[in-house]
Amino acid sequence: MPYLELTDIGASYGSKPVLAGVSLSLERGEIASLIGPSGSGKSTVLRVLVGLLTPSGGSIRLDGKPIDVGNTATIRDLRRRFAIVFQQYNLFQNMSVLRNVMIAPLKVKHRPREECESEARRLLAQVGLGDKLHAYPDQLSGGQQQRVALARALALRPEVLLLDEVTSALDPELVAEVLDAIRLLAAEGMTMLIVSHEMGFVREVSSQVVFMADGRTVESGPPAQLLDNPRTPRARDFVGKILRH
Amino acid sequence: MNYTPHFGQITRYLPYFCGGAAVSLLLATLAFSGGMVIGLLGAMAKTSGGKVLRRFAGAYVTFFTNTPALVQVYFIYFVLPSCGIVLDSFDAVLLGLTLNSGAYLTEVQRAGFASVRRNEVEAAETLGMSRRQVVWYLVVPHIVRTLYPPLTGQFILITLGTSMGAVFGVEELTGRAFSVNAETFRSIEIFTVVGAMYVVVTILASLLLTIAGRSLFRARVSVF
Amino acid sequence: MFRALQQLHEFATSYNLLLLLEGGARTLVLSAAGCVCGFVLGFALAVLRHTAAGWLLPARILGVVYVEMFRRIPFLVTLFLVFYAFQALGLDVPVFWVAVASTCVIGTAYLSEVVRAGFAAVPRAEWDAAATMNFSLLQTLRFVVVPQAWRVVVPPAFAFFLSFIKDSALASQIGVVELTFVGKIFNNRGLMPAIAFGSVLIAYFVISYPLARLGARLEGRLALSRAH
Ligand SMILES: Nc1ncnc2c1ncn2[C@@H]1O[C@H](COP(=O)(O)OP(=O)(O)OP(=O)(O)O)[C@@H](O)[C@H]1O
Ligand SMILES: [Mg+2]
Repeated sequence: MPYLELTDIGASYGSKPVLAGVSLSLERGEIASLIGPSGSGKSTVLRVLVGLLTPSGGSIRLDGKPIDVGNTATIRDLRRRFAIVFQQYNLFQNMSVLRNVMIAPLKVKHRPREECESEARRLLAQVGLGDKLHAYPDQLSGGQQQRVALARALALRPEVLLLDEVTSALDPELVAEVLDAIRLLAAEGMTMLIVSHEMGFVREVSSQVVFMADGRTVESGPPAQLLDNPRTPRARDFVGKILRH
Repeated sequence: MNYTPHFGQITRYLPYFCGGAAVSLLLATLAFSGGMVIGLLGAMAKTSGGKVLRRFAGAYVTFFTNTPALVQVYFIYFVLPSCGIVLDSFDAVLLGLTLNSGAYLTEVQRAGFASVRRNEVEAAETLGMSRRQVVWYLVVPHIVRTLYPPLTGQFILITLGTSMGAVFGVEELTGRAFSVNAETFRSIEIFTVVGAMYVVVTILASLLLTIAGRSLFRARVSVF
Repeated sequence: MFRALQQLHEFATSYNLLLLLEGGARTLVLSAAGCVCGFVLGFALAVLRHTAAGWLLPARILGVVYVEMFRRIPFLVTLFLVFYAFQALGLDVPVFWVAVASTCVIGTAYLSEVVRAGFAAVPRAEWDAAATMNFSLLQTLRFVVVPQAWRVVVPPAFAFFLSFIKDSALASQIGVVELTFVGKIFNNRGLMPAIAFGSVLIAYFVISYPLARLGARLEGRLALSRAH
């Protein structure tokens, strides 16, 4: 039984349909990558998973139990298990790096302050920002902000980490430092759903790749198969374009 | 505690109140128009006038925006007669509201002038447009479009401000509420109805101004 | 001319000046109390309009109606409405408090819009991040939104207070002895109207002008400052 299972999810922004048939399943400890052209709905899938957008159809199962997306308590529970790092970091501009990472464990999970602080320091050191604890987001580079966002997500001790193109807004020389941080997590056995355009990285870390187009999941499979031998024309077309670079 | 409202008695005054609303709108339109003229002169004086003109316009705006319109009208109503100028209450209120709104409209229009971007004008000139063409096709439409929303807001505020006419016995909407109140003592009902009429009248005015602004000037205005 | 000078001399008694001072103080306290109360309720209304729960929908609709209504009713009419409402309820409230309540009623409507604009100034992305971290609405406001929104909210809220120092002149019509009422007292006592109302105009100016300058400076400062 898969840990997380999406079946035929549909969703729309207002009257504009964005997702029309998204299905995927994820095992505990697995790393899956979501790829596809810009605007295909990859971010939207992640937004559905953290309850920022209510799906209009389909079902979500977690540990085999169906999730009632209309129920606030269920959504709260979902958010306890899933942590997301957004494409655009979304750090709180009014808080220092340390406080950004500490705030949720401290105020939402009500853990003791010393524990929150020492864990935040440890996580920030782990992503290579041990010397930036008291800086503010607007004083950091994009790569540094992205790593703070990663530390902030980890401080929630999630069961699953959702990463949305965490390297797309970065300069090439900053990409490596963020990917290194993620590799470390992968080695620790963290369950992850990753949206990425870094095909080399996707191939390296993920056990499953899911290809999306026009709001649908078109094809999925192990990286070797999907990236080298796509079965569907859409996927072949996309992979061909992206690997030629 | 045992007050039971009776609106029945009020309904026969509705036409009378509608007439009052018309007077309010007339007063507002006149004061706004006068204020626009003053405001245009004031804004020009402030942006491109000489030192004396600028000072004078500045003093005018500072004085009128830092004192209440009501007291300004009191002053006009009671002081001008001793200088030999006798105004009836409508004219006194109109004069006070015009001078008052002229000060606010000076500031609004000055901000509109200031929003014209120099580099846009320069870009147009490098495209070979003459000064006059730039002014007519670029500057004026830009100013109208940016000024339109705050100006409609000012018009609504002036409409609400005309209710002060009641203090001087002008028979506008609030003034008529006072008269009917003195006759019937159905105070709550009267002021509820009159308040609702102000809501309706100003929403209608906003609606009209919004439609006009969107179709005539492509201005980004909305009713609410 | 001679009469004017003589009257000016007669006018300048400590009694009259004290009356002006007292009127000015009452004008200030009235506006401040009304605006503080209006701000608190306006904030609550803005928060209410930000909720998403279905069962609060009727309350949200009422909130919208309230705001749109009281921004379209003249202060003078609101004053009399509140005045007669208290009377109809059989409550014997001093006129000063009637005026404070009226200011509060209007202030709630205007200031809730000011607060809402402040909320809207915080990027959607930060609201989303807070939501996915299970912050409650109040926690999101307290830790993320208010610390950033206040600098957008303070200047227009202060401008509203300033405008009410002047608009509160209408409270003289229900008998509140504030500055304008003092002018009427002078006038009724047979002072030259130019002196009676001129002195009141000057008094308003003396209160309002420094505050307006302060407001402009505050706005300039806040516009330059950073989020932290
Ligand atoms: N807030 C929104 N309101 C309306 N439409 C939106 C909104 N956000 C995204 N969309 C639309 O939804 C579709 C899917 O967007 P989404 O962000 O999920 O794509 P994506 O696959 O993540 O693309 P990218 O690779 O560019 O990040 C797009 O057509 C986009 O225009
Ligand atoms: Mg995306």
